[in-house]
Amino acid sequence: MDWHILTGALFPQGCDVREEHQVLTGAGQAGAGMVAVVGTTGHVPIGVETALAQARFILQTVREHPGRPILILVDTQGQRLRHRDEMLGINSYMAHLGKCVELARRSGHRIVALVYDQALSGGFITSGLMADACYALPDATIRVMGLPAMARITKVPEERLTELALDNPVFAPGPENYLRMGGIQEIWRGDLAVALETALQRESSGDTRSALGLARGGRALADRVIAAIVAGEDVLAP
Amino acid sequence: MNSYLEATARERLQRLLDPGSFQEFLPPSSRVVSPHLGQLNAPVAFDDGVAVGRARLDGRLVFVAAQEGGFMGGAVGEVHGAKLVGMLRRAIHDRPDAVLLLLETGGVRLHEANAGLIAVSEVMRAVLDVRAAGIPVLALVGGANGCFGGMGIVARCTNAIVMSEEGRLAMSGPEVIETASGVEEFDARDRALVWRTTGGKHRYLLGDCQVLVADAINAFRAAALAQIDAVTDVALTLDAIEQEQALLTTRLERFGHVREPMELWRALGVTEPEALPLLEADAFVEQVAAWRLGAH
Repeated sequence: MDWHILTGALFPQGCDVREEHQVLTGAGQAGAGMVAVVGTTGHVPIGVETALAQARFILQTVREHPGRPILILVDTQGQRLRHRDEMLGINSYMAHLGKCVELARRSGHRIVALVYDQALSGGFITSGLMADACYALPDATIRVMGLPAMARITKVPEERLTELALDNPVFAPGPENYLRMGGIQEIWRGDLAVALETALQRESSGDTRSALGLARGGRALADRVIAAIVAGEDVLAP
Repeated sequence: MNSYLEATARERLQRLLDPGSFQEFLPPSSRVVSPHLGQLNAPVAFDDGVAVGRARLDGRLVFVAAQEGGFMGGAVGEVHGAKLVGMLRRAIHDRPDAVLLLLETGGVRLHEANAGLIAVSEVMRAVLDVRAAGIPVLALVGGANGCFGGMGIVARCTNAIVMSEEGRLAMSGPEVIETASGVEEFDARDRALVWRTTGGKHRYLLGDCQVLVADAINAFRAAALAQIDAVTDVALTLDAIEQEQALLTTRLERFGHVREPMELWRALGVTEPEALPLLEADAFVEQVAAWRLGAH
């Protein structure tokens, strides 16, 4: 989805969002006040510059607009696959971006993310998946990697993976599967401005994704394993 | 046998921690295995490739995790990730002196793709929660499989990283980059280039790892112990994050155009970069002290 159309629908009262090197930054007027907007577009691979530019904007928001909610708009094909980015320590740049989001949260900023097009792997872990809650549009694509590449690496035939992807949320791309596993809070249909307003009002109570994954039937074990260890039990609750 | 590289995860725990002090959470006898591997006819492990628990390090209470590179390259699946998260959350209740993560992993376990990705994200959040609770988190990287993918990001969310020169820390593996962008972009078979790009010495020069040690379990033990007290900003602070922003910005300005790690070392001021790969860890640390970039 074109980000101009998207931000128009999210902020009918107006917004000032700009694109520079496929990084989006700016602010929009929501019912309860201004919302900072940061993200990427054009399925851009997240390289060191892309990560650093988003981090800079988030830090600027923390400094200049204390408490202003932050909306992260996700559209990326994943981390940039270049020798040069690895040499420069792309994992450090990505971690820095994630830490900036965490710092903003701990400084009192509500963090909402929306996957409006593509979300892949490393580019997603330090953006959308760092939010208090991550939402998605119905047509969004979310995955770790494509099935052909996954077949090559796991040595499981692609036909078998394709078959599994039909009803197994672990393999299939798409927001419904991430919803079932707790990685996506909700899929936004209908009025996006209303959906954003509701998300901004929602109380955040830490990372509840494993509990959501259990309740929704997408991840049967994660939450029970965590609970058993926290409780000091050697067996999982049924 | 004292090599960290060659030891299994459980051997590392046995020799790094005070003898007999490791008490495992959800041990292999609990037989909690991956719910996803069976349908792919892949083997399962009763610990899902990671041991987590509490132990003593020179008498001090530590919580610890060790990933087993011998099982699916240490990759993070649903149960593996949940064990890490469970240990980290329990640490917040029990308040140990530190949390040690012995990382050896390729990142997300592709056999459990989507569940693995969310799991790594949960680990990342949990590490930052432990730090916010005032408990230092240290990463140890020295296994044969390195520390890659999302776990390479998690490592850089800890307070400090201890690496051996044989350890590797990065995001995408050389094979992945070669497959995606061609052999002229990154020749994964050029072991020296792989080492110069992802190895402990390069990370130490850039300031991405705080301590470089020889490939010896007792060296990792001593370094981990020293780091527990050396860590100053346990929780994230705006000051520290702004320093990191400045450091990473400067790094990009100075070296963004450089094509080859050895050129980068020369640009740092190292007079004989060709000699660096040959130096033992201690001699290397001494020699590069003047050029090494600030670590945070």
